[in-house]
Amino acid sequence: MSTEALNAQFIKIEGVAQTFKTKKGEFPALRDINLTVAKGEFVALIGHSGCGKSTLLSLIAGLTMPTEGHLLCANREIAGPGPERAVVFQNHSLLPWLTCFENVYLGVERVFGAASKSTGAASENKAQLKARTDAALALVGLSAAAQKRPGEISGGMKQRVGIARALAMEPKVLLMDEPFGALDALTRAKLQDELLEIVARTQSTVVMVTHDVDEAVLLSDKIVMMTNGPAATIGEVLHVDLPRPRSRVALADSPQYLGYRKAVIDFLYTRQAHVEKAA
Amino acid sequence: MVSAVFHSPLAAAAEDVAVMKTQTSNVAVVPVALANAAPVQTKPGFDWKGLLMAVMPPVLGLVLLVLIWSLVSVGTAGSIPTPIDTAQQAITIFSDPFYRKGPNDQGVGWNVLMSLERVALGFGLAALVGIPAGFVIGRFDFLSRMFDPLISLLRPVSPLAWLPIGLLVFKGANPAAIWTIFICSIWPMIINTAVGVQRVPQDYMNVARVLNLSEWKIVTKILFPSVLPYMLTGVRLAVGTAWLVIVAAEMLTGGVGIGFWVWDEWNNLNVKNIIIAIFVIGIVGLILEYALIKVATAFTFEEVKS
Repeated sequence: MSTEALNAQFIKIEGVAQTFKTKKGEFPALRDINLTVAKGEFVALIGHSGCGKSTLLSLIAGLTMPTEGHLLCANREIAGPGPERAVVFQNHSLLPWLTCFENVYLGVERVFGAASKSTGAASENKAQLKARTDAALALVGLSAAAQKRPGEISGGMKQRVGIARALAMEPKVLLMDEPFGALDALTRAKLQDELLEIVARTQSTVVMVTHDVDEAVLLSDKIVMMTNGPAATIGEVLHVDLPRPRSRVALADSPQYLGYRKAVIDFLYTRQAHVEKAA
Repeated sequence: MVSAVFHSPLAAAAEDVAVMKTQTSNVAVVPVALANAAPVQTKPGFDWKGLLMAVMPPVLGLVLLVLIWSLVSVGTAGSIPTPIDTAQQAITIFSDPFYRKGPNDQGVGWNVLMSLERVALGFGLAALVGIPAGFVIGRFDFLSRMFDPLISLLRPVSPLAWLPIGLLVFKGANPAAIWTIFICSIWPMIINTAVGVQRVPQDYMNVARVLNLSEWKIVTKILFPSVLPYMLTGVRLAVGTAWLVIVAAEMLTGGVGIGFWVWDEWNNLNVKNIIIAIFVIGIVGLILEYALIKVATAFTFEEVKS
């Protein structure tokens, strides 16, 4: 496969289905998922709660294995989790007994501290690892809080440390599971703007689970809208062709932006109106 | 009461007095009102009240104990000695805690130290075996199922029931007592450590998988710190049980030790010393418990809220 073709199908999901075994029998969570993500693309997965968007993200992360079909990343089967597909968890999942610095350093040390077999890179010394950790914390604007424990900083700061931990590993793909879901609206907007800037700078490939329409339109190149579960699948894929860099203020009354927004809302609330809404 | 905060300092100070008199329900409001009034005048009287609330109830509790004790003493016509007599005896005993007059007549200090030494030995061995065992049982489901019935069967057995086995196997009173401590303090440590390992948040394990951490890093950076609070609870329970059991075990085995001392004084019909021994046992137990709680809080961190 040529590099160009590979880059267009950096993540390739083919015929994936996921069924969970529960006490009440089998529960089909996902079916017939086919999706490709290009290198450097920002993809948002959106849908009502329970539609399996987090399940799909876990599959890409390799934390769970699909019942059917297969997933490829850079033309290699995803056989398990690994630092090349870094995850930003919904509840930040920082280790409370380590400082912010140590939390980030843990991943940096693992990726760059040992000689890499796959890339042939030599192991880096302590000063280099420390520099990487400091740079990652500086990227999210948390240099001052490096020596604090997660219990001593705010929710938005914790989530930023989570992002720094993921970015510091220089992952091929950044996977984000509702990273800003637990934050207040103002903090969320601030972090979204920061994320836009970071992604533009690092040219990262990002897959992000969200339930926020504005977030999806503002950040993504492609919005993957999922039907309601059980046995959810991809209902529609919307390409967002808004020029970058994007500014939330400038976009607020752009007809193009509003058009995309309308399309997503239409999908979510008209065609996939949640069952609870009808009741 | 909240309105007092927004008044002028003088009015606040005036209301402050009212607040002090009526203050029963909302404690949090008063310091704010006080802070507002502070530049105008200090309120030493209020601090006294806080101190009083901290000191008076425990003192009253002790007074109640002494009162009941005195009543019992009067009611039994002096066969239970009065608190004052006991206190005088205690002063005599504690003025020379480390004397030795033959193997069966040693100071209370030696008795306590000998008991603590047995507890430390038995408990230390139990920790050496129990904590790693708890880790392994918690980590592997197979072992957990395998040992669960054994633990459930052996744990409720009174520790003293193990004493004859100890005497038989070790052919000596001292190792038998240590064995009894070992067997009674091992269960809380195994169980709590195993539960701690089983309850390591899945989020942390997912982090470990995504970061692809080595088994060593997983144990030192994730498993051990998150199990530590559970483990320390197990240790605390174990030390508490061990201290309960040592007294009973020593009564049976003899030698030097606080339990033996109680039994010896009973044979001498020296009730004052028995009561002193009860206080000594209580106070040592309290100190052990308090020290371990302090250690445990130092190692407990805020959990991730899901």
